[in-house]
Amino acid sequence: MIVDNFINLYHGFYIAGDPFNILLMVIGILLGVIIGVLPGLGGANGVAILLPLTFSMSPTSAIILLTCIYWGALFGGAITSVLFNIPGEPWSVATTFDGHPMARSGRAGEALTAAFTSSFVGAFFAIVMITLIAPLVAQFALQFGPAEKFAVYFLAFASFVGMSKEPPAKTIVSMMIGFALAAVGLDMVTGQLRLTFGVTELLNGFDFLIAVIGLFGIGEILLTMEEGLEFRGKAAKIDPKVVWKTWKTLPKYWATSLRSCIIGCWMGITPAGATPASFMAYGIAKRVSKNGKNFGNGEIEGVVAPETAAHAAGTAAMLPMLALGVPGSPTAAVLLGGLLIWGLQPGPMLFVEQAEFVWGLIASMYLGNVVGLILVLTTVPLFASILRIPFSIIAPVILVICAIGAYTVNNNVFDVLMMMVFGVLGYLLKKTNYPLAPLVLAIVLGDSAEEAFRQSLLGSGGSIAVFWSNPLVSTIMALGLIAGLWPLIAMGFSKLRGNTTQPA
Amino acid sequence: MKHLHALGLGAVTALGMTALSMLPAAAAWEPTKPVEFIVPAGTGGGADQMARTLQGIIAKHDLMSTQLVVINKSGGAGGEGFLDVKSNKGNPHKIVISLSNLFTTPLATGIPFNWKDLTPVAMLALDEFVLWVNAQEPYKTAQEYEAAIKAAPDNTFKMGGTGSKQEDQIITVAIQKALGKKLTYIPYKGGGEVAVQLVGGHVNSTVNNPIEAVSQWRGDKVRPLCVFDSKPLPYTDKIQGDLSWSSVPTCKSAGLDVEYLMLRGVFMPPGVTDEQVAYFVELFKKVRETPEWKQLMKDGAFNQTFMAGDEFKAWLEQSETTHKGLMQEAGFIAGN
Repeated sequence: MIVDNFINLYHGFYIAGDPFNILLMVIGILLGVIIGVLPGLGGANGVAILLPLTFSMSPTSAIILLTCIYWGALFGGAITSVLFNIPGEPWSVATTFDGHPMARSGRAGEALTAAFTSSFVGAFFAIVMITLIAPLVAQFALQFGPAEKFAVYFLAFASFVGMSKEPPAKTIVSMMIGFALAAVGLDMVTGQLRLTFGVTELLNGFDFLIAVIGLFGIGEILLTMEEGLEFRGKAAKIDPKVVWKTWKTLPKYWATSLRSCIIGCWMGITPAGATPASFMAYGIAKRVSKNGKNFGNGEIEGVVAPETAAHAAGTAAMLPMLALGVPGSPTAAVLLGGLLIWGLQPGPMLFVEQAEFVWGLIASMYLGNVVGLILVLTTVPLFASILRIPFSIIAPVILVICAIGAYTVNNNVFDVLMMMVFGVLGYLLKKTNYPLAPLVLAIVLGDSAEEAFRQSLLGSGGSIAVFWSNPLVSTIMALGLIAGLWPLIAMGFSKLRGNTTQPA
Repeated sequence: MKHLHALGLGAVTALGMTALSMLPAAAAWEPTKPVEFIVPAGTGGGADQMARTLQGIIAKHDLMSTQLVVINKSGGAGGEGFLDVKSNKGNPHKIVISLSNLFTTPLATGIPFNWKDLTPVAMLALDEFVLWVNAQEPYKTAQEYEAAIKAAPDNTFKMGGTGSKQEDQIITVAIQKALGKKLTYIPYKGGGEVAVQLVGGHVNSTVNNPIEAVSQWRGDKVRPLCVFDSKPLPYTDKIQGDLSWSSVPTCKSAGLDVEYLMLRGVFMPPGVTDEQVAYFVELFKKVRETPEWKQLMKDGAFNQTFMAGDEFKAWLEQSETTHKGLMQEAGFIAGN
């Protein structure tokens, strides 16, 4: 079986290695990086806009172009997170936690190199997994009903609790605000509107991207204005050798990388997606790493963990799309639409009937990521030097880009206003020392978690026992409980040892 | 009540064609900038797939002088998209594709719009519904499955579906009525997800549209028991083993007297001129002639009824009454 896969992959490389296809890869990656840099535009929108252009190509060339846009967007999302604290994509939020502090202390080049390299490692791991065990993995994804999905979300929240430096009470308040915002809009389970107060603009609820652009991007600009209209990372030297220097330090973090790869693949397949994967990987890395206490102040490991996981998840998400016809991410959903137009029916038979297409695609994932890594690494000094532009010039540009981004999400002017409101909220929360991360996590996962919880209870007739009904769901729930209670457990251990130092 | 006559089809297709043949002379208007194609549902669903296919066909065959841009506005069970079109009075550069939520959303949520607020353009097709079970279940026919439901206590069997108080749940309520037993209805976000939940054995049955579950059927993961239409489907291409869509019996013939079809139609904002409507009717007639569209119809086992003008309005009128009755009986009307 695995030998067959390698023979198929060899043929795939032959198809993907065609000069025209390589050219498409380069174009796709560059477009994707631009799309990823512009907040709000997003990979899904970018792919949707360009989809019609591909109808005249062969399906294999078309999907190579579109997936490369997707890889490019995954790479590009990290750039604005690191430089301006504005996550271009939802899965880059966790990258801001340490990436931006690094940039502020003049280490933007290092942070970008780490982010891009980790992205590549994560994606590569996921592709190898797809190559070797695709059918098994598809089988695993089928095990996930509502109860299992809720358990995964529970684990994501639990691995995040207590990780911020702020007091736990403030973390919980912040998370609850997030849940409340996530509840606005249509309740999927009853089909009723909630908390919209007859305002039609609220029908769609609060889009996660609007909240993020406002809370992080606008909030950050407000803070910088207060602190004297200056980027603190201004002193960043442009050093062409920064890539090599950073690479020398990265192998130290192999354990974090591997862990994040596994978390990412798992989240991408189930399909919870790249965003929870990045948060979970960051949370666990902070818990496990011996530098954990320094996370949030510009620790390179805090960039490696979420970026690796996000890319592993983003790549692994392609698998359920191809093998089951269920997209693991919004971008994958748009690609799915493309497959149908090219006359390819995703599903269990795709691997059998369209082997040339599938293996061409998988081979293009290998090549596309290598091409992507080379392209984005060459831009590191260029992007790092953006911070040398005076704040008074760059800030209005950022504001405009944020506004355009917020508008693009739903083509709605109301969202631009909401972004401003979130910006002020972000500023106030930061000033009063409330952590933003739990709020963001609750907005992005609150809805799905609630949905999965209620679907489980509908199925079980209201019995909570459904979350302990089989080995898979029980294991994940147990892991979640351990992760959630870890601060208490750690405190217990240190008490036992008679240790009076601060628990991790 | 058992006959969900959301359908007034039959020989009307021919009538529709005659009504259209006099339109080309009036089609003098042409779009002067990109036309927004609103999808009042999320990406990847049935309506979205159809809209993106249309976009592709129109671009590939150069059927329009400007671009068609697909925009998803799925908030409030599609209410966001419909309200957007309603508020764009007189704007001929905006069209919207509809699902059954054209009727169900205002009734279930109280969001203020009605199909009469929009300008009906054309019915592109009707989407079928099929009763599916996991291929590993012992039920080979609808009768066997019905007997199992009837023999078990209420709420033993789980039915998965898309959304709440929408078409899938309406059909589920009708099945409950017909069988005199309650099913546990579990709503999911999209049809593809529902199909996978069935393959994974997390629900016992679904009423997925053909296109949502066909790939799982080809892979022999799910089994179609019956189709909720008055007559079997006409498509005879082999899909799984020797079986084709035409080998799926009607639910009525299997003792489950429930019929339901879903509208896939196009609307424009209020206040547009007859020439502008005629332009789009002509456009979609050309689309229907392309091989890509025919392939989509075949893949999704669509009912290819096409309607425009007064005939379409009359159909909408009747369908709205049907939905009101169904929703009322199921207790799905907002404020109840």
